[in-house]
Amino acid sequence: MLATTVRTTRDLDAAEEAVQDAYVQALRTWARDGVPDRPGAWLTTVARRRALNAMHRRTTLETKLPLLLAPEDAERSEPDEIPDDRLRLLFVCCHPALSQEAQVALTLRLVCGVATPDIAQAFLVAEATMAARLTRAKKKIVAARIPFAVPALGELAQRVDAVLTVIHLLYATGHTAHSGRDLVRDELTERALDLARMLRVLLPADREAAGLLALLLVHHARRATRTSADGRLLRLEEQDRAAWDSGLIAEADRLLVTALRAGPPGRFTLQAAIAALHAQAPSYAETDWEQILELYTALLRVWPSPVVALNRAVAVSMVDGPEAALVEVEALERDGRLAGYRYLPSTKADLLHRLGRDAEAADAYRAALALSENVAEQEFLTERVRSTQR
Amino acid sequence: MAQYAVLIYEAAEELPPEVLDAHGRLPERIAELGGREVAGMALQPNETATTIRGDVVTDGPFIETKEALAGVFVIEARDLDHAIAVAKLTPIVDGGVEVRPLLGFEVAEAR
Repeated sequence: MLATTVRTTRDLDAAEEAVQDAYVQALRTWARDGVPDRPGAWLTTVARRRALNAMHRRTTLETKLPLLLAPEDAERSEPDEIPDDRLRLLFVCCHPALSQEAQVALTLRLVCGVATPDIAQAFLVAEATMAARLTRAKKKIVAARIPFAVPALGELAQRVDAVLTVIHLLYATGHTAHSGRDLVRDELTERALDLARMLRVLLPADREAAGLLALLLVHHARRATRTSADGRLLRLEEQDRAAWDSGLIAEADRLLVTALRAGPPGRFTLQAAIAALHAQAPSYAETDWEQILELYTALLRVWPSPVVALNRAVAVSMVDGPEAALVEVEALERDGRLAGYRYLPSTKADLLHRLGRDAEAADAYRAALALSENVAEQEFLTERVRSTQR
Repeated sequence: MAQYAVLIYEAAEELPPEVLDAHGRLPERIAELGGREVAGMALQPNETATTIRGDVVTDGPFIETKEALAGVFVIEARDLDHAIAVAKLTPIVDGGVEVRPLLGFEVAEAR
């Protein structure tokens, strides 16, 4: 709704105000006349009319205000154009000319309608900081004229990738809260999942959009089993597979069949395929590690990131043994790009432990512990240090 | 249409003839994309710069960077995406360009 209204106003703040007004009016009118057949369309029409009225008022007051909208635009309010407007708004929020921090915050604020204090809390920054970040981003959208449009075909794949990255980041932030007491921040994960579902509908031909949704669905299917009843972090091999949501996993599977159908898969599809293989395995040991290793090798080709290389090393350890994997992890350590990344020492520690080199493993767990800011993770690592020290 | 400055940052000391040629053809190519080059200027190299801070006059550019500000041109474009598409036409040897909206009539009007 905000998306459609913003098209009318070309001013994000005015659109937000108009939408809020529309909600207020809705509560009054609906209480009197009952809820209309299409409440969404009703709200959008009212919000747009409000925005227009407000704009006309201001136009008379200060003749300088430009009427950026074409007049015929005001009359076209068929609900079928709403999805396209949400897509346009997503492309504005995730424009590469905005910092990634701003992209994430704007998407939550403008596409999902999350209130600024809640966004601030989710990203552990002061409310004033988040408000300033949003204001700065909105100013840039206006000053630099970031278009409210779906990008040209030549740019589309790259721009869709930016949108997918923001949604994935949103989910990841909610999934493993970097610090604080709760490992899963449901609000963020739910919003990210909503966005991924929406994008899948809006871009039905985009295989990576299907891939991202599949990836998030598999993560979501396992979310309840990631911590024990007392809040301790559980590793994949310790999780109760019977408690995984088989409905979500099946849905992910169907999406993957589509995403893998034509041409070489992209990074989200490959990650989803890896997650789905894990989700379908009867146990950690009985996982199809060879195929997982193959998928990681393909992933590293399309996305040469040291984090991917680290995850691939874990698959190597399951196929070729911990010794071979340790060689790769040590190479990554020398490479230096993962300095400060807590999963590097913790992965190394696991491998050392499996090789019976517990003293070195304890050192590596300690190094990981020093880098972790998440309480559940710290407790897990402290426990690992204790058990390897003996 | 809005106006944007395209700032060219270049590490190469001398531009090969084909790059200079490409600069010459730039207005035409921008027009093909539906934009317009309003003005353009090329700067002499960093060593020729003089900096003044307060009362102190020193040798060299204001900010010392590997890629020196080598030129500026002003374009007219529909929006940022259009401006980016136009700016991508800039011939570069070793460096890049920065796109900045001008604080002009159009922008002031939108406030």
